[in-house]
Amino acid sequence: MFAYVVRRLIGGVFLLLLVSLVTFVLFFAGPINPAKFTCGKQCTPALIEQNTKALGYDKPVLEQWGTYVVGIVKGRDFPDDPALKKTAPETIAHCSAPCLGYSPQTSQNVTTELQPRIPVSVSLAIAAFIMWMIIGVGAGIIAALLRGSVIDKALVGVSLIFYAMPTVVTGLLLYQFVAIKWQLVPAPQYVPFSQSPVQWLQGLFLPALTLALYYAAGYVRLTRAFILETLGEDYLRTAKAKGVPRVRVLFRHTLRAALTPIVTQAGLDLGALLGGAIITEQIFSYPGLGALAVSSANQYDLPTTIGIVLVVATFIIIANLVVDVLYGLIDPRVKLA
Amino acid sequence: MTESPLLEVDNLSVEFLQRGAATVNAVRGISYHVNRGEFLGIVGESGSGKSVSSMAVMGLLPSTARVTGDIRYRGESLLERDDKTLSKLRGKEISMVFQDPLSALTPVYTVGNQITEALKLHDSGLSDKAADARVIELLTTVGIPAPERRAKAFPHEFSGGMRQRVMIAMAIANDPDLIIADEPTTALDVTIQAQILEVLQKAKEVTGAAVVLITHDLGVVAGNVDRVAVMYAGRLVETGTVEQVLTAPRMPYTMGLLRSVPNMQTAGRSRLVPMEGRPPSLAALPPGCPFEPRCPASIDACSTAEPPLVQIGGTGPGSREVACIRADEFERGTLGIADVFPHPEPVPPEEQAQVKGATVLQVTDLKRHFPLTKGVVFRKTIGSVKAVDGITFDIEEKQVLGLVGESGCGKSTTILEILELARPQSGSIELNGVDVASLNSSARLKLRGDVQVVFQDPMAAIDPRLSIEDIVSEPLTVRGASRSERSAKVRELLETVGLDPAMSGRYPHQFSGGQRQRIGIARALATDPKLLILDEPVSALDVSIQAGVINLLQDLKDSRGLSYLFVAHDLAVVRQIADVVAVMYLGRIVELGEADNVFSHPQHPYTQALLSAVPIPDPRVERTRQRVLLDGDLPSPTQEIPGCNFHGRCPLFKILDAAHQERCIQTDPSLRSVHNSSVACHFAEENPLRVTGVDITEKEKS
Ligand SMILES: Nc1ncnc2c1ncn2[C@@H]1O[C@H](COP(=O)(O)OP(=O)(O)OP(=O)(O)O)[C@@H](O)[C@H]1O
Ligand code: SF4
Ligand code: SF4
Ligand SMILES: [Mg+2]
Repeated sequence: MFAYVVRRLIGGVFLLLLVSLVTFVLFFAGPINPAKFTCGKQCTPALIEQNTKALGYDKPVLEQWGTYVVGIVKGRDFPDDPALKKTAPETIAHCSAPCLGYSPQTSQNVTTELQPRIPVSVSLAIAAFIMWMIIGVGAGIIAALLRGSVIDKALVGVSLIFYAMPTVVTGLLLYQFVAIKWQLVPAPQYVPFSQSPVQWLQGLFLPALTLALYYAAGYVRLTRAFILETLGEDYLRTAKAKGVPRVRVLFRHTLRAALTPIVTQAGLDLGALLGGAIITEQIFSYPGLGALAVSSANQYDLPTTIGIVLVVATFIIIANLVVDVLYGLIDPRVKLA
Repeated sequence: MTESPLLEVDNLSVEFLQRGAATVNAVRGISYHVNRGEFLGIVGESGSGKSVSSMAVMGLLPSTARVTGDIRYRGESLLERDDKTLSKLRGKEISMVFQDPLSALTPVYTVGNQITEALKLHDSGLSDKAADARVIELLTTVGIPAPERRAKAFPHEFSGGMRQRVMIAMAIANDPDLIIADEPTTALDVTIQAQILEVLQKAKEVTGAAVVLITHDLGVVAGNVDRVAVMYAGRLVETGTVEQVLTAPRMPYTMGLLRSVPNMQTAGRSRLVPMEGRPPSLAALPPGCPFEPRCPASIDACSTAEPPLVQIGGTGPGSREVACIRADEFERGTLGIADVFPHPEPVPPEEQAQVKGATVLQVTDLKRHFPLTKGVVFRKTIGSVKAVDGITFDIEEKQVLGLVGESGCGKSTTILEILELARPQSGSIELNGVDVASLNSSARLKLRGDVQVVFQDPMAAIDPRLSIEDIVSEPLTVRGASRSERSAKVRELLETVGLDPAMSGRYPHQFSGGQRQRIGIARALATDPKLLILDEPVSALDVSIQAGVINLLQDLKDSRGLSYLFVAHDLAVVRQIADVVAVMYLGRIVELGEADNVFSHPQHPYTQALLSAVPIPDPRVERTRQRVLLDGDLPSPTQEIPGCNFHGRCPLFKILDAAHQERCIQTDPSLRSVHNSSVACHFAEENPLRVTGVDITEKEKS
């Protein structure tokens, strides 16, 4: 088990290297010199030239990538010029490990830029996750048990609506009615947990609900389908034949098997969401990774974009690992190897 | 002392209401009873309502079922009880053992956990420690080795036989008074089946419970039960003691069942009696006797009203019940089983193919080992699976070699090696005197026509969108025959295998299992082969249909002089058709000889165990038979076993003295000639084990 986790983590590191290499090649092999975006209106060919040098864009892509990877581990300086360091140390910007590069657009180290945003996206993702698991799986179980009834049809129908509705629409509707018109909750905004847990929760409610409704819709159908499939299994008949009462057959013998694939799906969905919910963060002006991803892409802010890609990839890799380990714990037939 | 029966089923009917389709009358007014401590067998073809009627007793039918009539347990009606009170009864008073234990145990809990659950449900005061102790005790009772350790294992870590033992342990956990076992041994190897039936008998002794054994196998019934009830199309059609029903049946359906299954002791002496047709649809029953369309004894009156189940032979202890208009004639003896189901005649001598007895297939010291590797990037060989480990046999013209053995012993690998027609890993394969290793590709293609194969379900691997004509003629197309040639050949072949040539434009799904197997045989015959390799050709078929296909194969052999390599796990079928038998165990042939010789005087302890595990549908034989039981399952094929690879399970080994045992452990016995057969056992001459029962051959006069 331990060996398995270590092996998977090492594999994950390799995967991240690969992801960063591919993004690097894709971005820097493009026809546009990223240094052009570093100085805005004051750009002169000389200035661009200077920035290109300072940021190392003049080097071959592979070498740049190498420097970048080393920088993540050791930190780096911009420009990395030992001579300049002695003569004019004040012109050098240091970026300490883990250094994800320097963004001239925001005149900030990418790491510094990302750091405060991660808890925002993570809070949102986890809150949404808890909500959608309760709503989705709960409704799915009810629908499966009452198969064919009006309640079943209503649940499946409603979930279809939410599934089809873009989060922009759901989010805006919730915002309009719940927060503004009916004033049931304060207008959503991000308040750090350390500042006020209550406000943190209140601020999270609507954006998390927006996401949760969308995901829950899928989970209703997924849960319902898996439970119905499991209900046909022979071992439930065995359980009944030995005298297990109906409710216990459901909770002890049916759900455990039916939920296994749902755990997998949930883990992967959560992993992807930890990296930021682009639209939802935009709607509720939440300062998370998703919102940043949009603005950095718009401004051709390559270092920031690559940084976000790497953070998201890390979340997904970890979520995958957690899912696989959980899967092995839930289902003894799965051998971790 | 008229004690009321333990279970009384009174005029029970079960209907399944189906949306948009006719109601299925799965069970139609059946009545039977089970006395305390009695062993009742319920026999019938698939779909006859056996499972549905017993699920009704347990109250486990789906909500679409409408149950009428009455079921009384200890005089109290069960049908009116709600699910809650019924679940108190289930597993405590009445318990059930199901078929296919692979899917019948919850995969995510250990077997110990599942048995404990059964215990605690009915005894909430039971302490954990006491429950654990009881689990170990139960697992020991059903013969699970190392029960402390195995209790912590999950169902998937057990073999099929072991899982079935766990099911039985769970069923007897609360000392029930009635155990219903629904096909508990179907899909298990015969040796394992024999073990499980033994465990079931033991469970019955330990608990004193009555047992209802549901099966489609008359042989299983013969040696175990007191009374038999035969079901057909949702009805009971014959009941009586096991002797009455199996040795002197009074209902044509029972007769047909008995005559269509080969009896391992008598098989091969005459052709089997096919019982063509299928049971009627339970959603659209004809007005008369449901067996009428298939009954050779039917008369006009049979199609007007359904005969009720009535007592014949008085009301005394010898009384029995039969549902047949002509039961009286059978009872008086004016109509006999031989009149209704005469044995078909074999191919007359003048139509038999004349052969010189040349060798068609010669396999010499064939080996196929599969390396076992570990690791993904750097593969290490950590051992090998000896799937086939040096086997030698030959098949002559118009000869049938039966290859038998438990699943996993290497039968399929042997077949695949022969079909490759390529140089084997080790040893040699000669077809018609030509060593296949010497063939170039065009010669190989030519030779391929000489050896064809028929699988268990020949259509499984075929595109369902092809018509029968395309399927049968495919081997000819490959060889470049013209369209009209092919068409003519297809018609001829379909005729040969007993199908209407006009059906050649139809598609596989329009045919029944037996017909599909005939199509498979027609296809195999397309290239006029000399050797047919038949891999479990009838094991997927209902017994009544099996007989027709076996007869066809025997006729084809006789009239065309074909040779067969016949692989099957059903030994009675093998005795019916084979001239020579080879018994395989873990990649080796352990006994090889004339079929009659091997079946009547098996000499290798494994053959003895295998034969004695086969149930014979005759209670007189079953009562007097001596059994040689095997321990445990087939060992893992990766295991290296020194000396004789059978010694871990060998019943002879167990009764040898230490010096002799040493020889078994040290030295690998090779195949040598003992009393006209070849046997691979050091002590074949001294083997005191016997498997014979009463020889019924003289008594059988028809
Ligand atoms: N839930 C159901 N809905 C509709 N029909 C059913 C249902 N369960 C069983 N049947 C039908 O009832 C009939 C009797 O089925 P049953 O399972 O009792 O047969 P069986 O004798 O046990 O056969 P087998 O040997 O294959 O187990 C069959 O025609 C079957 O198709
Ligand atoms: S009643 Fe008629 S058709 Fe039915 S089994 Fe008897 S003889 Fe055959
Ligand atoms: S050699 Fe020994 S172990 Fe092998 S079959 Fe004979 S008696 Fe049994
Ligand atoms: Mg059944």
